[in-house]
Amino acid sequence: MQMGVNKRPRRRRTLAELRRGEQAVLERLDLPEDTARRLMELGFLPGQMVAAAGSAPGGDPRVFRVDGSEVALRKETARHLQVRFSD
Amino acid sequence: MSACGHGSGPTRTAVAGRKTVAIVGPPNSGKSTLFNALTGLRQKIANFPGVTVEHRSGTARLSNGVEIEVVDLPGVYSLDPRSEDERITRDALRGDIPGVPKPEAILLILDATNLGRHLMLAAPVLATGVPTIVLLNMADDLRKRGGGVETEKLARQLDAPVALVSATRGEGLDTVRNFLAGQFAVPRPVELPVLQDVPRCREWSARVGARAGYQAPAPPLWTRRLDRLFLHPAAGPLIFLGVVILVFQTIFTGARPLMDGVESLIQLSGAWMGNRLPDAWWRALLLEGVWGGVGSVVVFLPQILLLFFFIGILEDSGYLARAALIADRTMARAGLQGKSFIPLLSAYACAVPAILATRTIESRRDRIATILIAPFMTCSARLPVYTLIIAAFLPERPLLGPILGTRAAALLGLYVLGFLAAVVTARLLKSSILKSDRTPFLLEMPPYRWPTPRSLGLRLLDRAKAFLRRAGTVILCVAIALWFLAHLPLKDGKAPSIQNSLAGMLGRTIEPVIRPLGFNWKIGVGLLTSLAAREVIVGTLGTLYGIEAAPEKAAEAVGFEKALQKDLSPAGAVALLIFFAFAMQCMSTLAVVRRETGGWKWPAIQFAYMSLLAYAGSFLAYRLVHGGF
Repeated sequence: MQMGVNKRPRRRRTLAELRRGEQAVLERLDLPEDTARRLMELGFLPGQMVAAAGSAPGGDPRVFRVDGSEVALRKETARHLQVRFSD
Repeated sequence: MSACGHGSGPTRTAVAGRKTVAIVGPPNSGKSTLFNALTGLRQKIANFPGVTVEHRSGTARLSNGVEIEVVDLPGVYSLDPRSEDERITRDALRGDIPGVPKPEAILLILDATNLGRHLMLAAPVLATGVPTIVLLNMADDLRKRGGGVETEKLARQLDAPVALVSATRGEGLDTVRNFLAGQFAVPRPVELPVLQDVPRCREWSARVGARAGYQAPAPPLWTRRLDRLFLHPAAGPLIFLGVVILVFQTIFTGARPLMDGVESLIQLSGAWMGNRLPDAWWRALLLEGVWGGVGSVVVFLPQILLLFFFIGILEDSGYLARAALIADRTMARAGLQGKSFIPLLSAYACAVPAILATRTIESRRDRIATILIAPFMTCSARLPVYTLIIAAFLPERPLLGPILGTRAAALLGLYVLGFLAAVVTARLLKSSILKSDRTPFLLEMPPYRWPTPRSLGLRLLDRAKAFLRRAGTVILCVAIALWFLAHLPLKDGKAPSIQNSLAGMLGRTIEPVIRPLGFNWKIGVGLLTSLAAREVIVGTLGTLYGIEAAPEKAAEAVGFEKALQKDLSPAGAVALLIFFAFAMQCMSTLAVVRRETGGWKWPAIQFAYMSLLAYAGSFLAYRLVHGGF
């Protein structure tokens, strides 16, 4: 995985910023190991395409489509999942 | 075939102990449906010895007459021992749980429509070395949505039999029965990944899936359409509110005729018995103690079944996950997660099923917090008490025209009071002793499915059995004990007056403690007996006043209300209402809390906290109202 110096920092975002219908590639899970593992078992693996779907009123928690499943995450968790928009 | 060294030969399985097999699978893979399809009505629910995780076991009868014990293990994504469910599943597969025999085979059930991810669980399961059949469930759904997989190729990769099944339709279950009837072989898969490395496991499952020609199905269209409606920013919450009101209304009003039916059945059978039994002390015990005590609880069976019927539909259809999502923010404000919502909703009927329903909450701290606040929600046992006191002390006047009167408003106020107590307590708990280690809210949204009558029926049967078992044990014992307390000590072979009975003496002993709340010794006896169950105070007071009245009809009895007005000042009545809103007067709830939390620590804390709050609350209420007069 190459990250290096990011020329366009605007392109690196977190899952929490994804709006309904948008999708991005998961890069990194900045979470304690147990939580990260639990998320990875649900499909949130680096390199996977994640798409934002519906949410509770107000946008939190939001449903994400990943690896054939739909999983709801609170913003406070989604904020720790770094994503990269595919071109 | 070194695997056939033990357990071979039909004589051993048919005559000696039965073979045990375990069902393992991720949540929402259809484990319970498979379990129900295999065992039918021959099943029982139990907790694993020493832990509070529930498991079910049952008997499957094969075509050759052999019976096999089937154990349904908790839904897991891996066998990583860090979470309680997964540790138990792993220990059960190893035979490390005393009282649960080591399974001789595993039925690994995976969702065929999500095989890429679900296949990951096959790695640790096959690595246990226990003979395994891999069942790819929801085969019909996979085909309908244009997916597919070659089972022989997958079987070669895993070195284990593989079958496409549909547990709801019964498709492919013969393969399962044939597997169970045959001889088991230890699987030797072509390759296995490093189990601790989730990305490696996922790569492995992708590779194995690709070699077996797995074609993932198209996305579930209907689920997406329905979610556009149910998770719509405006329509979603409205539908949610509608569902809550519907469930509420039906639990209260819809159950009424059935409850009245059960009640008259109990009264009729009691009267029938009373006319035929000789006039002896044990007849009175049987009628007043057993029929009156246990009967008043059995009356609530229809209500409880109706509640579980709704929970069953909401859960099996997949809507419950959406409801939990919508409710999450409200729950988050009290420091709880969305999954606490359903248990708290059901606590309006009774705290006992509510506490059982907290099993869906993974975080132990969140679960305990929910268990601790559930008894604050106004359960149906408080209704007769509230109705009686309000009717005796509050004159009916219109407040909002014909829509809302003073009495209904007072009742509503008590419901709100209970809810506020729950929310404030939750905040206190979550910011102190149950401060969460920030377990994140992860909720998988299953596709919508039609609930099947069979699964709903089995659910209700389970609950009815559990409920009646409790009525026949704990509640029966309490009822008999109370009856004796009210009839002893004997004087010249006769029962004493109630004032001089043990119950009366108890009441007068605690009178100094409760006088600051505006209660006399009779109310005190009522408070003591209502420790068993709240509505018991109504019957107790009725007996004390020498009025024969069923708890429900007591409110209408003019004599009862007059007597109560003599015993209680208006300030004392308010204090009594506050007391019942806060106090933990329910043995069954305490017993369930003890069982579900695995010890006396939490029920003791809960009892102390609620009693203290009830005492302080009613003391304040009495002082405030009394001062105003």
